[in-house]
Amino acid sequence: MTRKRKLVLVGNGMAGMRAIEELLKLAPEMYDITVFGSEPHGNYNRILLSPVLAAEKTVADIMLNTREWYTENGITLHAGDEVVRIDRVRRNVIAKSGLEVPYDRLILATGSNPIVLPLSGKDLPGVVSYRDIADVDRMIAASRESKHAVVIGGGLLGLEAAYGLQKRGMDVTVVHLVGTLMERQLDASAGTLLKRSLEERGLKFVMPAQTAAILGDDRVRGVKFADGTEVPADLVVMAVGIRPNMALAKASGIACERGVLVNDTMQTYDPRIYAVGECVQHRGSCYGLVAPLFEQAKVVANHLAEFGIGRYAGSQTSTKLKVTGIDLFSAGDFTGGAGTEELVFKDAARGVYKKLVVQGNKIKGAVLYGDTVDGAWYFQLMRDGTAISDFRENVLFGQAHIGDSGTAGADTVTLLPDTAEICGCNGVCKGDIVKAITKKSLFTLDEVRAHTKASSSCGSCTGLVEQLLANTLGGDYSEAPAKKPMCPCTIHTHEEVRAAIVREKLKSIPAVMEFLEWKTPDGCHKCRPGLNFYLLCAWPGEYRDDKQSRFINERAHGNIQRDGTYSVVPRMWGGVTSAKELRAIADVAEKYAVPTVKVTGGQRIDLLGVKKEDLPSVWRDLSAAGFVSGHAYGKALRTVKTCVGKEWCRFGTQDSTGLGIRMERVTWGSWHPHKVKLAVSGCPRNCAEATIKDLGVVCVDSGYELHVGGNGGIKIRSTDFLCKVATEEEVIEYCCAYLQLYREEARYLERTAPWIERVGLTHVRERVVDDAKGRQALYERFLESQKYTQTDPWAERAAGREAEEFAPLTAEAHAGLVS
Amino acid sequence: MTWVDLGPVTALPERGARCVRIGGLAIAVFRTSSGEVFALRDQCPHRGGPLSQGIVHGTRVTCPLHDWVIDLKTGQATGADEGSTSTYAVRIVDGRIALDLPAEALAKAS
Repeated sequence: MTRKRKLVLVGNGMAGMRAIEELLKLAPEMYDITVFGSEPHGNYNRILLSPVLAAEKTVADIMLNTREWYTENGITLHAGDEVVRIDRVRRNVIAKSGLEVPYDRLILATGSNPIVLPLSGKDLPGVVSYRDIADVDRMIAASRESKHAVVIGGGLLGLEAAYGLQKRGMDVTVVHLVGTLMERQLDASAGTLLKRSLEERGLKFVMPAQTAAILGDDRVRGVKFADGTEVPADLVVMAVGIRPNMALAKASGIACERGVLVNDTMQTYDPRIYAVGECVQHRGSCYGLVAPLFEQAKVVANHLAEFGIGRYAGSQTSTKLKVTGIDLFSAGDFTGGAGTEELVFKDAARGVYKKLVVQGNKIKGAVLYGDTVDGAWYFQLMRDGTAISDFRENVLFGQAHIGDSGTAGADTVTLLPDTAEICGCNGVCKGDIVKAITKKSLFTLDEVRAHTKASSSCGSCTGLVEQLLANTLGGDYSEAPAKKPMCPCTIHTHEEVRAAIVREKLKSIPAVMEFLEWKTPDGCHKCRPGLNFYLLCAWPGEYRDDKQSRFINERAHGNIQRDGTYSVVPRMWGGVTSAKELRAIADVAEKYAVPTVKVTGGQRIDLLGVKKEDLPSVWRDLSAAGFVSGHAYGKALRTVKTCVGKEWCRFGTQDSTGLGIRMERVTWGSWHPHKVKLAVSGCPRNCAEATIKDLGVVCVDSGYELHVGGNGGIKIRSTDFLCKVATEEEVIEYCCAYLQLYREEARYLERTAPWIERVGLTHVRERVVDDAKGRQALYERFLESQKYTQTDPWAERAAGREAEEFAPLTAEAHAGLVS
Repeated sequence: MTWVDLGPVTALPERGARCVRIGGLAIAVFRTSSGEVFALRDQCPHRGGPLSQGIVHGTRVTCPLHDWVIDLKTGQATGADEGSTSTYAVRIVDGRIALDLPAEALAKAS
């Protein structure tokens, strides 16, 4: 084995450690990892410091990774030791303690520093900032022995600090420079409502007001304002903002502006050095919220694992305030301005305020106060760029009011689509949560957090997750999820039916129905095609295909159109064609007066509008030119889309076209639970769009990345990375083994994307990647099955097979039958 | 009644159908697994899909376009869907299919 490379992380915070966790998921064995953190703990959830300050959580509650975790994962942790210098020539980091650690790759995650106002008295004992556990400890200690606290800064952090101290029994005054609280997240109206409800809780405000000096001799005793007035203070918390901490990067000659400059793969000007988190400036933006940091961490991990497909393109962010009992949501550009409109709902008595900023029929920003249940929905509309014209008149009343189903008043969360993001920090959607709850029989919030990560970072979506739990489980927590039969004709599930076919050696549809006591004499349009496939898959070469149990497209080997005509798509291996082939297609199109000739998404040519009676003749002509069926109509291997690859493309790393043709030659004719689309891209630019295919190959200089479970359909899903292989032979073997596993395990009409989501990528990896013998066996079973399917159905039918399928009956008047 | 001969019943696939065009009218003739035959106008009440191309199960056919399930005996849509298509008398005489030619087809054909 080659020497493990050395990875050093500077900064043991949320962003850096998330990058390490993501990396361990992708490539656990690739690096020797060393982590430096200036704080003397393991890694903790900084966002939850406010609940700790407010005595709603303890420090133990917010620890993310214990020291044991680092040991178990083979990570060397230097907590409490700070990196002071990077020697980029020798590739060493040098710590305060004198320790030197070499690196091959380095991640800077130095976070940010609280801004300290240059006031006289700023260094007095009793003046603290609000950034880490030590600050919180100092504040808690102060709250025990003294009375008056002044918080400078009426932003998110300042208000959370003020609320926490007030809950700890202090008399708290918040000083804010401008007239609106949280002015970066709220407009004046919402800011006023927020101020009012915080005042009701006992907080005092001095605003707008500029702090002139912090008073005191040996320790703080008050704060003086520019207008000369003073307030007493035993504790002063400066929470006026944060500034990216780029001192180390700057001193090491790495380009910085407001933060450490990074590109879309999160690399600094020194490509061996990455930066992630609050210290970063990306495309002109610095982020101080957790969701973007996690997105960045994913990209860093992806790049370190050498997948080379992740790009960070910036984030849209939303904010919630973590003050118990105050509901506040803000996202996007809520200030409006030229070319925008504002939709406003205000009910001061109820303390509800909603504002949407709309531009060109799309939501650009939102501020919600008092009633934030629709925050996730607005954020989704905003990110998707959904046009709201259809429901604009009701949009402010929330999602519950835009349908005509009369369900107003029902829990809002039930109305969200499965794809709606519930946890913005960790990118967890409603569907993921509901699925985890039902599949894994989860009953508590903690279980949901453990399985999905939803609500485990900032916790502000906890209410939504609890609603989901309640709705999904209903009243009966003990009931195990009922098994879902294949169709109403049977009580058995897909899995039970398949198992019986193999175990009992059932070799025909009637045999299956008899053994499993089907409730209907000959099934229905749902179960029969499924049974036909299961039998075909279990007994290749032996089972006689039941034509009458196939959907018309697979019976007529064309795709039925809305007017009852068919479309004909000849196979073009890897999407490559020739003048001769194109001429033959043109001849067919003219001879049979084909109304529409179109290029398909899978790089083929579609002849649309062919009459059923003409199909055999069309096929005969196409066969004569060397074409075979493209199976564009079947639950079958459809196409292998390719880019031109290194033969022509100046970026190409491998012969993607040649490989695609090879793959298509091996796999064509195979029947599957659903349609299957493959693609091969010659480089990570991925022109063949391999990462939305059932299996996509992305060629890189050192070999071939295999990606699985993508889908460009109703619900777009990008692929999961399966593994990387070195040769074309391996690509073929892994591809066939993966397809065979899908054929043997997926439910009929289940695409690879939902199948993988159901069984888990790990399962697929274990069967196809980790288990070499098993893979070989799958591969062989696939090839065995292919022996019986690679005869061209078009040529057979052009030669007269099943002629009655394509010819209508003829009627003859029979005098003798007239009664 | 005017009966026309549509050929031997074996010309119809079991659990299947074929289409016959008479005087511009498309009629689907079905044969079930129990050997019964039915004739329906070859047009789904939903969007006009060719019922003769559907999967036949029991005494029903599923339209190939949008999965409406039509009762072969009545021509009525089943389940939650509503609509119906014309049915025609058909019988088997000496192993051959005899269809009662509908008046509208007869008028056009002559």
